[in-house]
Amino acid sequence: MKRFALPLGIFLILLVFLGIGLRLKPQEIPSPFIGKPAPAFTLTLLHDAQKSFSPKDMLGKVWVLNVWASWCAPCRAELPALMALTKEAAIPIVGLNYTDTRSAGNKWLASFGNPYQLSAFDADGKVGIDYGVYGVPETFVIDKSGFIRMKHAGPVTEDDIKDKFLPLLKELSGG
Amino acid sequence: MIPELGNLALMLALCLAGIQATLPIVGTFRNNTRWMALAGSAAAGQCLFVVLAFASLTASFIQNDFSVAYVAANSNTLLPVFFRIAGVWGGHEGSLLLWTLMLALWTLAVTLLSRQLPRATLARILSVMGWISIGFLVFMLFTSNPFERTLPGPADGRDLNPLLQDLGMIVHPPLLYMGYVGFSVAFAFSIAALISGELDATWARWSRPWTLVAWMFLTLGIFCGSFWAYYELGWGGWWFWDAVENASFMPWLLGTALIHSLAVTEKRGSFKSWTVLLAILTFSLSLLGTFLVRSGVLTSVHAFATDPRRGFYILIFLAIVTGGSLALYAWRAPKIGLGGQFSLFSREALLLVNNVLLVVAAGTILLGTLYPLFLDALNLGKISVGPPYFEAVFVPLMIPLLLLTAVGPFLAWKNDSIQAVLGRLRWLALGAAVVAALALLVFKTSVMVAVGVTLALWILFATLSQVVQRLAHAPAGASLLKRISRQPRSYWGMVIAHAGIGIFVVGVTLIKGMESAQDASLHVGQSVTLGDYEFTFSALKKIQGPNYIAARGTFEVRRGADSITTLHPEKRFYTVQKMPMTEAAIDRGFTRDLYVSIGEAAPDGAWLVRVQHKPFVSWIWAGCLAIALGGALAASDRRYRMVARQRAAASPPISSPVHSFV
Repeated sequence: MKRFALPLGIFLILLVFLGIGLRLKPQEIPSPFIGKPAPAFTLTLLHDAQKSFSPKDMLGKVWVLNVWASWCAPCRAELPALMALTKEAAIPIVGLNYTDTRSAGNKWLASFGNPYQLSAFDADGKVGIDYGVYGVPETFVIDKSGFIRMKHAGPVTEDDIKDKFLPLLKELSGG
Repeated sequence: MIPELGNLALMLALCLAGIQATLPIVGTFRNNTRWMALAGSAAAGQCLFVVLAFASLTASFIQNDFSVAYVAANSNTLLPVFFRIAGVWGGHEGSLLLWTLMLALWTLAVTLLSRQLPRATLARILSVMGWISIGFLVFMLFTSNPFERTLPGPADGRDLNPLLQDLGMIVHPPLLYMGYVGFSVAFAFSIAALISGELDATWARWSRPWTLVAWMFLTLGIFCGSFWAYYELGWGGWWFWDAVENASFMPWLLGTALIHSLAVTEKRGSFKSWTVLLAILTFSLSLLGTFLVRSGVLTSVHAFATDPRRGFYILIFLAIVTGGSLALYAWRAPKIGLGGQFSLFSREALLLVNNVLLVVAAGTILLGTLYPLFLDALNLGKISVGPPYFEAVFVPLMIPLLLLTAVGPFLAWKNDSIQAVLGRLRWLALGAAVVAALALLVFKTSVMVAVGVTLALWILFATLSQVVQRLAHAPAGASLLKRISRQPRSYWGMVIAHAGIGIFVVGVTLIKGMESAQDASLHVGQSVTLGDYEFTFSALKKIQGPNYIAARGTFEVRRGADSITTLHPEKRFYTVQKMPMTEAAIDRGFTRDLYVSIGEAAPDGAWLVRVQHKPFVSWIWAGCLAIALGGALAASDRRYRMVARQRAAASPPISSPVHSFV
């Protein structure tokens, strides 16, 4: 009996590790950008090609940069969490509309909701490359002096907001 | 409308799977034949609805219905129609649907071809397959629905990943999944046997052709993936030991162990509980492969839409399927018994060693694949395990296995004498050793190349000599053709598969040890030499493809004064996905491939060019195809069809007999 149960025992151990592995979130690969100044750029706004945005405009404020695109399904999934973030933390979220078209991007915001103070339009994805974006969505927290303090890859969930974003944002705003 | 019909079809398929999974097995306990008989009709109905769902998704792709989120993510109006069809399984949701379709088709095949099985056994088998199907259908409907809409839909789609826009990639996933899912049949047979406690030679005989067919498909699937990587990834590698490849290779190794172990169980009644365990593990590793590839545990960096819920679901599913079967195994296997006895020197013993080596090999690959995860889970840092580890552990395990591959067929079942076998083999061994020494001394090859070639020749010579010996045992005067056809197909299957291994080893060894490459930065008109070959970059022109633009180079290849060939490598840029691709140009040959790929252009107009001389690559592919052909021949052996006929004749006919397995 005992030796016939051995495979089961080994499998259960394996299962525990796989379970832990699932919770590890490889999304939290340390980004080389953390603690560095946010790369500078100037882009036109998604809804208005006459106006432009640059991270310099945000100096003195704690803010969040969220990379999104209309073709990105997980971006839709994280919208409620982003809405909650603007409501609870009163922190401006700037969108970086990544490799998209103006019409598709604006249509998407109009249909599903717009958590962003504004969205910068990065048509060819060059700014995304400067920020080391490897998948959409990605979210950066940038402090008052323009340094990146956190990077989150993949959709933001309500739990992430509660456990990761709010504590950090509170700390950065207070200090 | 069409996507909604597809969605509805999936839901109906789930309902029928629910019936198929529950009523028949309850029927076996209550001895209710009508409930048992439901299994077949439920399976057929389920198959019909899954086919409908698959057809709906295909239609959405052909019609460019970008309001379906999955279509928008994997297709584009500029994409040629056959790639749009291939796009159906180009992403996560669609590959799940393809998986489910395969499972439904395999289940249907079992109902159609196994009517001679005792009714209760068939009911149990179909129930188990129904449970697996429920798992996949629920997964799809609740976490990864391919029919989900985004309204209003985008004007155009994001295009299919350019890496997948290739014939090799169109056929690769279906073949691979046919293999993965095919192992579910052997798995279901095993679970049914564990539940009933009846496990005899007939059980092995029933499982064998199914397992062989699944294994053949998996072989072809892995072959396609590797063949594709060789010419499509652009730099001439053919195996990378990455997590996704390993995920398909582990079930293959265990499946190989399983077909050998099933042979022992069928012929000698031994290894019973071991065979059952292997069947469980083979299918579990197919599932684990899905978990690793789809959950994002290992490949998160490339997964755009990693959803933690999906990983969690697959983990639970794996826990139920594998954990449940292993618990059942721990409980019931002691009753099955071990089967016949055999001596230390017999075919059984050798096949046991073969099994152990294959299982250990699969285990080390599993360890290497999961090791980064273990370390990370224990907070010991993030690392990655690469080809050096896999080569260091895999090659030493394969050397004894290859040595034994040649010996196995010479041995008798139950008991054999070492002296007799050595007597038969010593000249062959000597011949192979002489070739090895020659290779070392005359061609000054490395030791590894000499070892590899010797092993390959050892297998090829021994297999050939065994064939000659076997054909000699025939009534005097029989023609050669008669002698060949007298041997069963399963015998020829084994011979061809073993010879395929030998051919494969030749290819792997020589490419590993003798390949050469040269990188150069060339302007049009310049040339580069590699060994005896001179490659001249004679022209470059821009071309416009359906959804890409490309620079197409012309390379004249000469050897001395002879013109060998003209090659046209391309550097493509896929405009929608903004992704550059290297299309290598290959001149394939019996003893070597010439391989040219172009990289980036420097600002001064020079192109980065890599030319490669790759000896005996075609032997790798030929070996794989021979192995798969061996599997197909063995699966089509007459005796599996005979058993079916005898059974049908012995018991009252249940239905019209359909006996062919292939």
